[in-house]
Amino acid sequence: MSMKKNYVVEIIRKAQMVELLAKGKRLDERTPDQHRPITIQTGVIQKANGSAIVTLGNTEVIAGVKIATGTPFPDTPDKGLLVVNAEILPLASPYAEPGPPSEDAIELARVVDRGIRESEMVDLKKLCIVEGKTVYTVFVDVNIMNVDGNLFDATSYAVVSALRTSKMKKYAVENDKVVMKDQEIPVPVERTPVSVTLARIGDTLVVDPNSEEEGAMDMRITITTDDDGNVCASQKGEASTISPEHVLEAADTAIKVGNEIRAQIVEATK
Amino acid sequence: MEAKRKLIGDDGRRLDGRKWDELRPISLEVGLLKNADGSAYIHWGKNKIMAAVYGPKEVHPKHQVLPDRALLRSRYHMAPFSVDERKNPAPSRREIEISKVIREALIPAVVVEDYPRTAIEVWVEVLQSDGGSRVAGITAASLALADAGINMRDLVVGCSCGIVDSQVVADLDDAEDKEGSGDMPVAIMPNLNQVTLLQVDGIYTRADFQKAFELAIAKGMEVYAMQREALAKKFFTGEAAGPTEEEEVVE
Repeated sequence: MSMKKNYVVEIIRKAQMVELLAKGKRLDERTPDQHRPITIQTGVIQKANGSAIVTLGNTEVIAGVKIATGTPFPDTPDKGLLVVNAEILPLASPYAEPGPPSEDAIELARVVDRGIRESEMVDLKKLCIVEGKTVYTVFVDVNIMNVDGNLFDATSYAVVSALRTSKMKKYAVENDKVVMKDQEIPVPVERTPVSVTLARIGDTLVVDPNSEEEGAMDMRITITTDDDGNVCASQKGEASTISPEHVLEAADTAIKVGNEIRAQIVEATK
Repeated sequence: MEAKRKLIGDDGRRLDGRKWDELRPISLEVGLLKNADGSAYIHWGKNKIMAAVYGPKEVHPKHQVLPDRALLRSRYHMAPFSVDERKNPAPSRREIEISKVIREALIPAVVVEDYPRTAIEVWVEVLQSDGGSRVAGITAASLALADAGINMRDLVVGCSCGIVDSQVVADLDDAEDKEGSGDMPVAIMPNLNQVTLLQVDGIYTRADFQKAFELAIAKGMEVYAMQREALAKKFFTGEAAGPTEEEEVVE
C-alpha cells in the first residue's frame, strides 16, 4: 500500500524522481518499464493444497490454497467456487495494524481476485462434482509479509503460482454418493493471468513502483493480461487522473511486460 | 460467465431495443434535498440514485484533519430494497471498494486545497440498482458537489461499456452486466480530458479494449451535456436563480 505521508522529504524526493524520469531513469537505476527481480518458491506449506512465496524486490507475500467441497451458488450450479483473499499483516510494515481489513486491503483482494476470475484461469466447470449439489471450493489466502510497494502484482503472482502447483483430492460418484478417492489431481488451470501495475509520477509511467515511488506517485493503474495478450482486468487507483493516451500506453506495456513475467511464472511452476 | 441466452438479436438490437452504442434514458435533477448543502438525483435506466453533499464542515474525529486541504469522504450504499433479493444493509466488500473508487474519481475535480482543515462528505444512496450504478452515482455526486457551491476544476461524468455476445456495447444494463462477458466503468473530467475512474473486467482483445474505452469516453460526453443542462435548469431558470427584478428595485 502506498504510505502517503506528505512529508517535506517526500515532496523533495518526488521532485528528484520527476527530474530523473525526464531522463528515463529511476532512483534504483531501473528503466521505466523494468520490474524488480521476482523470486518464486512453491510448495512451502505442506498442509496447504498448494502454496507459494513470491518476492518482488523487497515486497514479500505468501499464498496458500485450501480446497474442500461444498454446495455451489444457486445461480451457478455447475461451477465450483474460487475465492481469493488477501491480508496485510501487522508484521509487514510499520504502518500496518491488526484488526478488520482496511479499505486498501479489501481493494487489493478484490483486484487480484478479479484478475484471476475474469481471465478464466481456472475452469470452474471442471470443479463441479455433482451439479447443484457438490463442487470443489478453492480458497486462496494471501498474507503480505513485507511491504515495499506494488502489493497488487506480488499478490497476483503468488496466487497464480500457488494455484498452478495445487493438488486436490479426486472424488467419484458411486451409488449416488460422493466418495473421496485416494488420488490427487491438479487444479484445472487453463490460463496464466499476469498483473502489471504502473505508477504515474508526473508525466511518466513506471512499471512496478516500490514503496518510495508509491509515496511520490500521482496515481497507479493495474492491468491484468492473459496468454493471448487480452486485457482481463484493470483498476485505476489513487486520487488523481490519467490521460486516455496513458491508459492505452499502459495496456501495451502491461501486455509486453506481462509476457516476460508469465514465462518466469510458468518456468517456476512447471 | 458465458451467456445463457442471446443478448443481441439478429437485427443488432439489444434486449431492450437499443443499438450497440445507445445510452439508456437518463434524467437528472439538482437540489432536491432540503438539508443537504448540495444534492442531485439521477434516473439512468432502472438506476435511481440520490447523491448528497455536506460541507465544507469541521472534521471529526480531529486526527483525520488534513492541514493543507479538505478531507473528502464518500460512501456508496445500496438500499436493502434496491435489488431483487434483499441486500443486507451493512456495507459489503463491494460497496467499500466502490466507495473508495468513487472518492478517487471525484477528488481530482474538487479544489480541495481551497478548503484546508475541513471535511466534504459525499453520500451516494442507490435506491434502485441497475447496471452501471457506480458511474451513475459519480455523475450525480459531481452534480451534488457543484450544487453545494464547492470549487471545482471540472465536472466528473461516467459511463460504462463492455462486451456482450462478443461485441463491444455502450451502457450495460443489469442483464448485460450479469450475463455479458465484460464490464468497463469509466469516469472522466470532460473538459480536462482526464480519466478519473477506470475498472475493467472481462476478456478484451487489445483492439476491443481500446474500442470500449474510447466509446465510454464518447458516451460520457453525451451524459456531460445532460449534466450541464440539469445544473443550468436549477441555477438559470428556477427559483434559485438569484434575486428577481423586483427585489433588485427594493435594493
